[in-house]
Amino acid sequence: MAEQLPDTFPRLLLHQAKTRPDRPAFREKDLGIWQTWTWTQVADEVRALACGLASLGFKRGDNLAMIGDNRPRLYWAMCAAQTLGGVAVPMYQDAVAQELSFPLQDAGIRYAIVEDQEQVDKLLEIRDQCPQLAHILYDDPRGLSHYTQPGLQSLDAVMQAGRDWHARKPAFFVDEIARGRPDEVAVMLYTSGTTGKPKGVCQTHTAFIRAAESGCKFDRLRPEDNILSYLPMAWVGDHLFSYAQAMYVGFTVNCPESGDTVMTDMREIGPSYYFAPPRVFENLLTQVMIRMEDAGRLKRGMFHYFMKVARRCGAEIIDGKPVGLADRLLYALGNLLVYGPLRNVLGMSRIRVAYTAGAAIGPDLFRFYRSIGVNLKQLYGATETCAAVCLQPDRQIKFDTVGPPAPGVEVKIADGGEVLVRGDILLKEYYKRPDATAEALDASGYFHTGDAGYFDADGHLKIIDRAKDVGKLAGGALFAPNYIENKLKFSPYIREAVAFGPGRDRVCAFVNIDMGAVGDWAERRNLAYSGYTDLAQKNEVYELVRECVEKANAELAADPMLSESQVHRFLILHKELDPDDDELTRTRKVRRGLVAQKYAVLIEALYSGKTSQFIETQIRFEDGRTGKISADLRIAEARTLGADAARSAA
Amino acid sequence: MTDARRTGKPILTVEEVSLSFGGVKALQGVSFDVREHEIRAIIGPNGAGKSSMLNVINGVYHPQQGTIAFKGRRRHDVDPHEAALQGIARTFQNIALFRGMTVLDNIMTGRNLKMKCNFLQQALYWGSAQREELEHRAKVEEIVDFLEIQHIRKTPVGRLPYGLQKRVELGRALAAEPTMLLLDEPMSGMNLEEKQDMSRFILDVNDQFGTTVVLIEHDMSVVMDLSDRVVVLNYGRKIADGTPDEVRANPAVIDAYLGVAH
Repeated sequence: MAEQLPDTFPRLLLHQAKTRPDRPAFREKDLGIWQTWTWTQVADEVRALACGLASLGFKRGDNLAMIGDNRPRLYWAMCAAQTLGGVAVPMYQDAVAQELSFPLQDAGIRYAIVEDQEQVDKLLEIRDQCPQLAHILYDDPRGLSHYTQPGLQSLDAVMQAGRDWHARKPAFFVDEIARGRPDEVAVMLYTSGTTGKPKGVCQTHTAFIRAAESGCKFDRLRPEDNILSYLPMAWVGDHLFSYAQAMYVGFTVNCPESGDTVMTDMREIGPSYYFAPPRVFENLLTQVMIRMEDAGRLKRGMFHYFMKVARRCGAEIIDGKPVGLADRLLYALGNLLVYGPLRNVLGMSRIRVAYTAGAAIGPDLFRFYRSIGVNLKQLYGATETCAAVCLQPDRQIKFDTVGPPAPGVEVKIADGGEVLVRGDILLKEYYKRPDATAEALDASGYFHTGDAGYFDADGHLKIIDRAKDVGKLAGGALFAPNYIENKLKFSPYIREAVAFGPGRDRVCAFVNIDMGAVGDWAERRNLAYSGYTDLAQKNEVYELVRECVEKANAELAADPMLSESQVHRFLILHKELDPDDDELTRTRKVRRGLVAQKYAVLIEALYSGKTSQFIETQIRFEDGRTGKISADLRIAEARTLGADAARSAA
Repeated sequence: MTDARRTGKPILTVEEVSLSFGGVKALQGVSFDVREHEIRAIIGPNGAGKSSMLNVINGVYHPQQGTIAFKGRRRHDVDPHEAALQGIARTFQNIALFRGMTVLDNIMTGRNLKMKCNFLQQALYWGSAQREELEHRAKVEEIVDFLEIQHIRKTPVGRLPYGLQKRVELGRALAAEPTMLLLDEPMSGMNLEEKQDMSRFILDVNDQFGTTVVLIEHDMSVVMDLSDRVVVLNYGRKIADGTPDEVRANPAVIDAYLGVAH
C-alpha cells in the first residue's frame, strides 16, 4: 500500500468503488439470507442518501444523528453526511429517550436517521425538548404507516428523492466530495459521561484515517478480510473497525441479523478480524464450560486433558517460542480433536487478528483464547484518540501491558504518572466546550488521558489505574488501588475488593467473596453455612482467600514498580458491598471515600495489628426498610515476597 | 391507536347460535358480528362459552341452532378444513405445536394448505416441488422476521420458553395468510414484558396485513387496550357488546365479573 490514499472518507469510498468495484463491501443477513452490496453499489446508495439529504436542505456544517443497531444504511448515512460536509453523530441505540435528549440538544441535531419504530417513538417522546429536530428518517417502515408527525419520512422516500436530484444535477455528488477538506470534522462521538455530562468528541477525517492506516498496516489487513459489526455504532471501537478501517482497506463489513443472532451469524461469516470487549470473551468461555460439563464423559475427559496441554504450551506456540517436540505433537493432536472444533463452534476458525479493549482482561481468560490458537491481542485508546494509542504486536504479547505506541503516536508519562498522547489521531475539540478542551489538550499538543501508567523494560505501556485514584505509600512507592483490586478480582472467588494504602507504610484490603463461586466450592466440600456472613467468616474460606491474595502478591512482586503494593493484611467483609447502601455506584464501581469512612474501625484494626474486630453496620433492604448486621471479623495476614525473592521466582 | 385504523363492513356474522353438550348449554342464542380489519375481543368469566364460540366459528363444534355467515356466505355449520380454506386460522389455549420440530418446520406446516405438489414430488424435491418449497420458505422467513424470532429458527420448539412457543404458534397461524385470525388466550401464562410484545405483534398483524382478529383474553387491561369492540358472554349468553368503554361501564358486566349478592 505504497501509494497515497485519499484524505477524506467520501473520497476513500470513491477510491474503493474504482479499485475494487465488484468486491463485497457490506453484507447484512435479512430474511435468513446474507444480502451483499459491492463497493459500486455502496457508492450508489451513499449518493442517493447524500442527494436525498441535500434535497431536505442538509448543508455543510450540519450534524446528522444516526440511532440504531449496526445496519449498512446507517454506516452509509455517515458517509453521506460527510459527503455534504456535515458531521456524523452516531448515538447509543439502547439509550432510553431521556438519555438521548442531551446529545440531541447539545449537537443541535436537525436531521436524524433511525433504524425503526422503537427509535422513532423515543425521538417523538422527547421532541418537545429538542425543538430543532426537524427531520426524522427511518430505515424500517414497519408499524409506522399511521404516524402523521411532521418531518417523519421513510429513508426509502428520501433516497428516491436523492436519485431524482442526482438525475437533475449529476455533478452535485462529486462536486460536494471535491469540496471536502481533510481537516474538517468527520464524526462526533459522545463520551460515556461517567463523570458529569457527556462530551461530544470531534474527530477530523485525518485523525480517523491516520488511526485506521496505522492499525491496518500494523496488522496487515487486506481487502479479503471480513469483520462482524455488532458493537454499538456510537462506540469509538466500532467506528474505527467497521467504518474507518473498512473504508481505508476495503474489507467486508458484515451486519448480523439481530442482536440475538450474533453467535450464529459469527459462525456463518467466520470473520478474519474480530473485536470484542472482555465481557464478550468471558461469556463465550462460560457457555463453552457449561456445555462441556453437560457433555459425555469421554468428550469431557478429552477436553480437560487437551486444555491442560494448551495451558502448558499453547500460548508459547502461538508466540513462536521454543517448545519441546512431545508438547508440539500433543498440541497438534489437540488442535485436531479439541481446539479446532472449539474455534469452529465459537466462529473463530478464520481469525487472524482479534482485539480486546475497554477494560482489564483477566490473565486466565486472555491465555485461554491464545492457547487454543486465537491470536487475541490488547489495544489501548480512548474516544479522544480514535481508540488507537497502543497495539500489541504479534508474538510480543504480555497479558498486563497494552503494547508499544502505535506508529505515528507519541506517548509520554507525566510526572504524576499520567499517560499523555500526541499525534494526528487526537481530537480537534470537545463540541462547544472550550473549557474542557483546554483542560484535556495542553499547550504542547499532548492529550491528557486521565489514565496512570508507565513503560516496562521492553517499551510496552502498562496502564494501572485512573490517574486521580493513584497515590503514594508512606515510603514513596506508587499505589494504584484499581490495579491491586483487579488483580484480586481476577480470582473467581473474589467479587469485590477495596485496597487501602496512601500515606500508610503498607497495603491492606477488604474483600467480598463471590457468593455463587464460594458457595459452590463450600458445597463440594460439605461445608455447611447459613448465609453470606457465616460463610465469609469460615476458616476454610479465609484460607481460600489467602491463597488468592498470595497469588496476586506474587504477580505484584514480579513488577519492580509495584512490588511495594503487595497486600499484607486483609479481612473478608461481613456484608456484600451494595449500591443500595451507596457503597458502590450503579455501574458497580467502589465509592472509596464512603467505604473508608463507613468502615474506619476496620481500617484501623487492619493497621493496628489486631486479629479480630467487632463491627455493627446498618443496611438497607430492597424494600427500603433498614436493619442492622453485626459480626466479629477476623483479620488475616498474607505472605508477601521480597523484591529479590520475587525476581528470582519470576 | 384504534382510531387510526379503519374498520369495514361485517365479515363475520353470528346469529342466534346455540350449542349444548347433553344437558350443558354452552351457548344460548348468541348473536354478534365482526367487521373487516377489526380487533374483536370475546371476554367473560370461566365457563362463559368463549372457547366454544371460537370452536363454532372455525367449525370444530357444530351448533344445534343458528347460522354463521363468513364473507357473506351463510351456513349452518362448517368443518375446520373448509374454514381454513376460507381464510380462518387460529391458535390454541394450550399450545399445539410439534415439539420435536424446529421453529421453521412448525411454521412451514402452516403453509400446508397452499402447497400444490404431491407427496412424491416433495419427497424427490425436484423441479416444481423445489421451486414451491423455496417460495414457501421465503414466506416463512418474512414471518420469522416479523415476529423477531430469527435467533431460534433452528431450535426445536420443545426447548423454547412458553412465551416464545406462543409466538411460534402465532407464526404458524400467520403462515396460512388468513383473512381472520382466532386467538384463544394468546397471553395466558406470560409475564408483563411478553404480554407487551404479544400485544404489539397482534396490533402489527392487524395493521400491516389487515388481518381481522378475534381474540379471547383474560387480562382486562390487554383487552381494553387492544380491541375495537368487545363481546361479553356469561353462562353462554351475551350480556354486553360494544366499545371497551361502553362495556366497562355496563352494570351487567360488572356484576358478572365481581359477582352479585344472591
